[in-house]
Amino acid sequence: MSSNQETIAGVGLADRPRKSRWPARMDLAQSTTGLVLALFMWGHMFFVSTILISKDAMWAVTKMFEGYFFFGKAFPGIVSVVVATILAILVLHAFLAMRKFPANYRQYREFVAHKNLMHHGDTTLWWWQVLTGFALFFLATVHLYQMLMHPGAIGPYQSADRVWTGSWWPLYLVLLFAVELHGGIGLYRLCVKWGWLEGKDPAASRARLKTAKWVLTAFFLALGLLTLGAYLKIGYEHRARAGEVYTPAWVQPNPMEKAP
Amino acid sequence: MASAPQSHRKLRFHILRYNPAKADDEPRIQTYELEEAPGMTLFIALTEIREKQDPSLQFDFVCRAGICGSCGMMINGRPSLACRSVTQSFPDDIWLAPLPVFELIGDLSVNTGKWMRGMSEKLETWVHMKQEELDFKRIEAPMDPALAEEIYELDRCIECGCCVAGCGTARMREDFVGAVALNKIARFRLDPRDDRTDEDFYELVGDDNGVFGCMSLLGCHDVCPKQLPLQTQIAFLRRKMVAQGTKG
Repeated sequence: MSSNQETIAGVGLADRPRKSRWPARMDLAQSTTGLVLALFMWGHMFFVSTILISKDAMWAVTKMFEGYFFFGKAFPGIVSVVVATILAILVLHAFLAMRKFPANYRQYREFVAHKNLMHHGDTTLWWWQVLTGFALFFLATVHLYQMLMHPGAIGPYQSADRVWTGSWWPLYLVLLFAVELHGGIGLYRLCVKWGWLEGKDPAASRARLKTAKWVLTAFFLALGLLTLGAYLKIGYEHRARAGEVYTPAWVQPNPMEKAP
Repeated sequence: MASAPQSHRKLRFHILRYNPAKADDEPRIQTYELEEAPGMTLFIALTEIREKQDPSLQFDFVCRAGICGSCGMMINGRPSLACRSVTQSFPDDIWLAPLPVFELIGDLSVNTGKWMRGMSEKLETWVHMKQEELDFKRIEAPMDPALAEEIYELDRCIECGCCVAGCGTARMREDFVGAVALNKIARFRLDPRDDRTDEDFYELVGDDNGVFGCMSLLGCHDVCPKQLPLQTQIAFLRRKMVAQGTKG
């Protein structure tokens, strides 16, 4: 503590116990984990959407993450490590963000009444963040656990078979909306919360950020729906041979010969 | 453009009536009809209702000019100053309710003063000087006009309570200090006459009741009748307090 506090007039600052540093750390960690997850989601969406280019393109992306092009052999364990890291960040983010949820019925009722009366965009958006965040506790965790345990089962046919034959598409469909809304709103809120990209005219910047947020959300939702549609189509057409591993014609020998 | 005689709108004011001092009183909505006049504010409308229709209606006004901060109320769901709200900008039906969070005196009248005083005492929103330097005869050091302007900009707060009533966090958590308090901390932080450091300010707002409780819904910023730069100030304070808090 600085030594001059006893001399500050009439307030007894020096007698007070020092406040915990944890609220500052937790506030920073909540924003940081949210930022990492949101940016990861955008990257992830680009990777899975390579199926829209071709099966070979998506296959190449999955093999790249398994280290095939670096080591000459696929190590799906690399994917598991990434998934475990994301899962850990997700758990931390959920733990920190949960502090902001209404904690009891009184708070819930107060907030909902407030939101309904105010008709205030950013207040309503926060409510959507709460609802989608709550949904993500379950949706994202289920998806991540599957990927953690079966990191090798990602590929043009395997993913498509999971979507159609494995009946994962309802989960992915809801997950897509929850993630894109939650992440988009979250990134916008990070900007206004920390004063990023504020510029000389904060009101104009905020309006621009809001527009950018909706454009990006719409873009990623459209990309996500097209991608899910592509996997559904492939999965449906491939249903008779579900479980078969896709191998590009040009690959000799098959690097996935040991896959289940 | 023509100023020919117009047929004026019939406005319906739906006012939440409740007097907690009366043992048998129940909260209820009472509707009053009033013919709109050109340039009518809610202050004028409410005064007319009280004078001509219902002398028991309680509401607060002092300055009629957006300076005293007494007439904050929920107008069609949003907190605002009645004296600065022109009826023209509202539909025929206008719903009025007292500001939430604050102690209800009766009908539209709330005790913001009590809340503000509590906040002010808790957060010590006054200039703190070192004891040995207190000398009231000494001529104050001149202040850079740009800085004085910056401080004055934040000092325009009239403590009307709209930011607190418009805050989702304050509605849920009664210990949250609200934008009014964070703005004041930002104001005294700027003031060179205040000897407190960020370490001292962290002791005041460095927790979830303070700046870290703010969820950046920006209701405060959007309803502030004085257009204070609350978004910018809270973000600034958050950065400073995180820097202080992560310093160890």
